[in-house]
Amino acid sequence: MNEQVKVIILRTAGTNCNEETAFAFRSCGAWVDQVHIHKLFNSSVHLKEYHILAIPGGFTYGDDIESGRILANELRLRLGGDIRQFIEDGKLMIGICNGFQVLVKAGLLPGPFSEEERHPSTFSQRATLVNNDSGHYEDRWVYLKVDGKSVWTRGIERMIYIPVAHGEGKFVPRDQDVLAQLQGNGQVAFRYCGPNGEKPEFPQNPNGSVDDIAGITDKTGRILGLMPHPERHFVFTQHPSWTRLDKKQHLGDGAKIFENGVQYVRKNILKTALIPRLLAAGTGKGQ
Amino acid sequence: MFWRIEIKLKENIFDALGAGIHRSVLDLGIRTISGVKVIQVYTIDGRISEVQVQTACRELLADHITQDYAYAAYDHAGDKKERSSSPFSATESAFSIETAYNPGVMDPVERSTIKGLRDLGIEPVDAVRTAKKYVLRGTASSKELHIITNKVLLNKLIQHVVQEPCPQKTFAASPAQRSFNLIYVDLIKAGVRQLKKISKDGQLYLNLDEMTVIQKYFRKLKRNPTDCELETIAQTWSEHCYHKTFRGNIRYQYQENGQKKTKVIRNLLKSTIFKATQEINKSWCVSVFHDNAGVIKFDKDSHVCFKVETHNHPSALEPYGGANTGLGGVIRDILGTGLGAKPICSTDVFCFAPPDLPFKDLPAGTLHPKRIMKGVVSGVRDYGNKMGIPTVNGAIVFDKKFVGNPLVYCGNVGLIPKDRVRKKVHPGDLIVVAGGKTGRDGIHGATFSSGELTEQSEVISSGAVQIGDPIEEKKVLDVLLQARDLNLYTAITDCGAGGLSSAVGEMAKELGARVDLEKVPLKYEGLSYMEIWISESQERMVLSVNPKNIQKFLNVFASENVEATVIGAFTGSQRLELFYQGRQVCDLAMGFLHDGIPNLTKEACWTQPRQRSLRIPVTRDLAKKLREVLSHYNVCSKESVVRQYDHEVQGGSVIKPLSGVNADGPSDASVVRPRLDSLKGIAVSNGINPRFGMIDPFWMAASCIDEAVRQIIAVGGDMEKIAILDNFCWGNPDKPDRLGSLVRAAQGCYKTAVGYQVPFISGKDSLYNEYTQGKKSIAIPGTLLISAIGIIEDVTQCVTMDFKKAGNVIYVVGETKDELGGSIFLATLDLIGSTVPRVDTEKGTRIFKALSRAARKGFVRSIHDCSEGGIAVALAEMAFSGGLGVRARLDRLPFYSEEKRDDKLLFSESNSRFIVEVDPDHQKSFERILKDVPFGMMGHVEATEEFVVYGLNGEICMKSSLRDLKESWQSPLRG
Repeated sequence: MNEQVKVIILRTAGTNCNEETAFAFRSCGAWVDQVHIHKLFNSSVHLKEYHILAIPGGFTYGDDIESGRILANELRLRLGGDIRQFIEDGKLMIGICNGFQVLVKAGLLPGPFSEEERHPSTFSQRATLVNNDSGHYEDRWVYLKVDGKSVWTRGIERMIYIPVAHGEGKFVPRDQDVLAQLQGNGQVAFRYCGPNGEKPEFPQNPNGSVDDIAGITDKTGRILGLMPHPERHFVFTQHPSWTRLDKKQHLGDGAKIFENGVQYVRKNILKTALIPRLLAAGTGKGQ
Repeated sequence: MFWRIEIKLKENIFDALGAGIHRSVLDLGIRTISGVKVIQVYTIDGRISEVQVQTACRELLADHITQDYAYAAYDHAGDKKERSSSPFSATESAFSIETAYNPGVMDPVERSTIKGLRDLGIEPVDAVRTAKKYVLRGTASSKELHIITNKVLLNKLIQHVVQEPCPQKTFAASPAQRSFNLIYVDLIKAGVRQLKKISKDGQLYLNLDEMTVIQKYFRKLKRNPTDCELETIAQTWSEHCYHKTFRGNIRYQYQENGQKKTKVIRNLLKSTIFKATQEINKSWCVSVFHDNAGVIKFDKDSHVCFKVETHNHPSALEPYGGANTGLGGVIRDILGTGLGAKPICSTDVFCFAPPDLPFKDLPAGTLHPKRIMKGVVSGVRDYGNKMGIPTVNGAIVFDKKFVGNPLVYCGNVGLIPKDRVRKKVHPGDLIVVAGGKTGRDGIHGATFSSGELTEQSEVISSGAVQIGDPIEEKKVLDVLLQARDLNLYTAITDCGAGGLSSAVGEMAKELGARVDLEKVPLKYEGLSYMEIWISESQERMVLSVNPKNIQKFLNVFASENVEATVIGAFTGSQRLELFYQGRQVCDLAMGFLHDGIPNLTKEACWTQPRQRSLRIPVTRDLAKKLREVLSHYNVCSKESVVRQYDHEVQGGSVIKPLSGVNADGPSDASVVRPRLDSLKGIAVSNGINPRFGMIDPFWMAASCIDEAVRQIIAVGGDMEKIAILDNFCWGNPDKPDRLGSLVRAAQGCYKTAVGYQVPFISGKDSLYNEYTQGKKSIAIPGTLLISAIGIIEDVTQCVTMDFKKAGNVIYVVGETKDELGGSIFLATLDLIGSTVPRVDTEKGTRIFKALSRAARKGFVRSIHDCSEGGIAVALAEMAFSGGLGVRARLDRLPFYSEEKRDDKLLFSESNSRFIVEVDPDHQKSFERILKDVPFGMMGHVEATEEFVVYGLNGEICMKSSLRDLKESWQSPLRG
C-alpha cells in the first residue's frame, strides 16, 4: 500500500464528476478514494494520507450565491490548516470545472506570488470566474494550447481537444498586475485557441475569458485548475467525431494530465520506479 | 433586525444575465430600453451586527473582484436604521423593478445562504429571502414596462413585484399557523346536485358514478368521510394515478369495408400494448408494466431500466418549474425502481406552438411559445445538469395546436444491480420519508392534470406549480445507493403525483399502513393534516425499513445531511389509518381504495377522414424547396438547445446528439456506455410525428415505432435487443372522437410492435390536453411518443450519420412510395394530405436485420435514417455534417408511385429507409448482405462544396452549395 499513489476525490452536496475523475486516476494506476467532506470535518479521514487532492466538476451547493463559493469557504475556514500543510508537503492538487472555481475562490489559485505572501493568515482571492458572455451554460469541445511549466502538463506539446461544460467559466483576474504575474511566472497552463492554434473567437473561447485563459497553476505548478474537462476525453470513444478517426488510438487528449500527476508522485514523493505507459483504458480490459 | 443587502456587478464587468434579459426585451419589439443590469438582493432576518454583515458581504455574498455591495438595517417595525453603507449611486434615466418569490415557493439559495453564513460563524440567522432587482436604462413608457415585467421578468404564479423594499413584509407573509380542526364532508345525505358540487368545489375531478360509489361506501359505515379520506380516494382514482380511460371499458364505433361496426374493448391497455409484450415474450424482459420503470437485461451484473413521463399541465403555466420538476420526477421514478437504480442518461421531447406565432394569435391566459420554450429548456437544463445526468437525446416538434397545451416528455435511463430488482414490504416495516421537506407546493397536482386547462387554471391551480431542487435530489441519490448496497431497506417508491397519499397508498396496498402525519418534516408551520398527506413537494422518497436496520439506515442518510424520518409502519390490517396529533383522520379499507372504482364505459368513434385526392403543385426550384424544408422548425438544427444540456457528464457518451466533422450534425440514436471499463452500450431514440396522426393515428403509431427502431439500427444497433415505451398525450377522452383516435393509435402500437417483435416495457398517458377559452376548445393533436432503448454489444462498432470520405458510394436502402401525407414538404405548402406513410413490418424487419449485419461487419461508414423531409433532407444532412459534397441520381432508387415525380421521391416520408455510405472496397460484400431487401445505388461522396442531384429524367433537379443548405438548416433556431 505504501508504494501506491493515493488520490482523494473530494465530494459534497452537488458534486457530480467524481466517478469519471476516479476512473481516470485509477486507470493511471492510482488508488482512489471518493470522500465526502464531512469525513474530513469529523476527522474520520485525513488529508495527509493522500498525495493528490482532486476537486471534480459539479454544482457544489447548487452554485447558489456564486459558483464554488460555499465549498471554497469551507476549504478556507474549516480545512485551511490541513490544506496549507498538504501544499507545504509538496503534494498535488487539481480542480476541474467547479473544482477550478472552488480553488480560485478559496485563493489557492493563483496562490501566493512571493515568499512574503506565503504568510498563512489568509488565502487571498486574486481572480474569479463569472458568467459566460453568452449568459448561459454551454457544453462544447474546445482546443487548448499548453503553456507554463506545470508538472501536470509535462510532455504535452501539441494542442489538446477536450470539452467545456459550464455556465460560469469566464476567467477574470483582479487587475493587470495579477494578469502580468500569471503570464510572467508561467502560471497560465491552458489557453483556448482555434483549431490551428490561432487566436480564438467565440465559441472557440467559449466564455469570453480574459487572455483566453482556460486554466492556471500556482507558482510551483503543482496546483492546477481548469474549466475544461480532461476526464471527459480519457478514452477515444468520448471524442465527438471518433467515428472519423483511426480507431487504434485508445486514449484521449486528457489522459496525459492524469498520468502526469500520478507519475510525478511516484517519482518525487514515493521515489519508486515509473511504470510504463498506462493501461489501455477503455478497451474493455478495465483494471 | 433585518438587513437588506444589494450586490451589483462593478461598472467594468460585462453583465451577461442583464444582456440576456435585454435580448428578450428586444424580442418583444420594445426598443426604448438600452440596457439591463441585474442586482441580487438578500434580506436577512437575524440578530447579527454590522461588522458581521460586512464580513458576510465580503466573504460570501459579493465577489470583490467583480462585485460591489451596499446594505441597510431595518428594525422589526420596518423602519430604516442609521446603520447603512453608502447606497449605490442611482443610474440616470433608469427604471428599477424588483421581483421576489411568493411565500411558500421553494428557493434553495436561501438555505445555502444560511449555511454559508453559519460557516462564517455568523449566527443566529432566522431566515433569508432573496430577490432580483432589474435596472432598466432607457425611456420606456409605463405600458412598455408593464409588458416587460409580465412577459420577461415575472411569472405571477410564483413571483411578485416588490413595490417598496420592506423587509418586514418579506417575512411576515409566510403562512400563518392554523389550529387543528378535523373536517367531515357532508356526503351521505347529499343528492345528485350536491355530489357534483362536492366534487367540483373540492377539485376532486370525480364523476357522478364515482361519487355515488363513495357515498354508498360511507353510508354502509354510517358516517361521513373526512376531507382527507375523500381526497385520498380522489387521488387514487384520478386519471393520472389510475389511468381509468386505458383500464376501463370503451364502446368503440368504427368503419370496416364501408360498414359501421361497434365493439366493446375491456381494458385498452391489456388488449393492445400489454398484449403485444406478452405475445412477443422476450426472455430479456425482467420487469414490465409493474414497477416505476420497465427493466431489461444489460450485462452479467446489471439490468437497465427506462421510463418516460409527461409534465404538460404544469409546464403550460410555469414552464421553468414545470419542466424542472418533470425531469426531477422521472429521475425519482428510476431511483424508485426495484430497490433503486442509478440514473445514467436522460431524454427530452417537447411539443410547442411555433416560436414566431404572432402575439395576437395567443389565446387569453396562455404564455407565448417562445417564452414556454425558453423556460422549459432552462428547466430541463438546470435540473439535469445539476444532478450530473447527461441529457443525450431529444426532439422538438412544433404545431399551432400546442398553443394552449405544450407537451413536455422527460425520460430517464438507470442501471441497477441484478439482485436489486425485487422489492417487498413486510408487516412491521417502518415507513420512512426521506429527502425534501413537505410544504404546501403541488397540492392537487394529480387531480389537476386529470382535467382540461382553462383561462382560470392559472388562478385556481397555482398550488400545482413548483420549482425543483436538484441538489436535494442529488444528495438523496448519493445516500440512497449507499443504503441500497448495504441492504438497509426492503422497498422504495417515489413521491410523485398524489404525494404521500399515493406513495404510501401504493406500497401498503397488500398490507395496510398507519401514519402519524405530525411526524412528517415540514418546510414551515401551518399545514393541515390533509395538506401534509397530499402535498406534492419534490425530492421525496418513501421507503420501508425493517426496525432492526433503522438506526444504520438513518445514520447513512445523516452522514450526508439528508433528512430521513420514520412516519409510521406497515401493519397487515389491510386498512389505511392516518393520525394527526393522536386523532384519527382517515380510516379506509385498502380493498375499497384500490379496487372500489366503478368500471366506466366510455364512448369512442373513429371515422377515416375522407380521402380527397390532392393536386400537389409542381415546384419549379427543388433546391429552394429543400432549403425551405431544412428551415422548417421541425427539421432545423436544435443545437442552441442541445448545447445547453450537459450531454457528456459521467463520461459515457459514445454517440452524442451532435455528430460530424464540426460536431454539429443531427445524430440518430444516442449511445452511452454506462461502465467506463466495458464496451457494452445503450442506445436511446425517440419516434414522434403528430402530423401523421392528423391523417390516421394507426399509421402514426406504426411510423413512430418504425422511426424509434430504425434510429437505433442507424447507429449500428440490433433489433433483437430493442425495447420500447409508449407515451400517449391526447385531448379529452370523454369526447368520443378523441377517444376513438386514441383506440386507433393503440391498435397501431399492437400491430407494429408484434410485427417488429419489439416489446413495450413501460408507458404512460396524459389525457385532457385541451385548452378551453369561453366556448372554444383547442385540443392538441393526439400525440404518441415512442421511446426506444437498445443494447449495443460493442460501442466501437457504432456508426454516425456524417459522410466520411470522398469517393465512397451512397445507397438508399428501403422503398419510397407516394406517401407525402403529413410530410414537411406539404407543411411548407400549408397542406396535410392523405397518403400517410405506412409500415410493412415484414419487409422492414428484413431491412433492419440486413443493415445491422452490414454495420457489424464494418462495411458501412455512415448511416442516416430518412424521416422528416425524406431522402432530400437526410442526404443534405449527411453531406454538410461531413463537410463533403454529393453527386446523386434518383433513377435507380426503389420507387413505387403512379406518378413518377422527383419531388415525391425526394420528400415522401416513407418508413424503414436509410441512406448508407459504403467504401468502394466493401461495395460487393455490402450488396451481397442486402440481396433480399430493396436498395438502390444513388451516387458518390465528393470532395467538393456542391450538392447535386440528377432527377428521374437524368437532368439536374437540385443543385446547391453545402454552405447554403447548412445555413438554411442552422439559422432558424440559432438562438
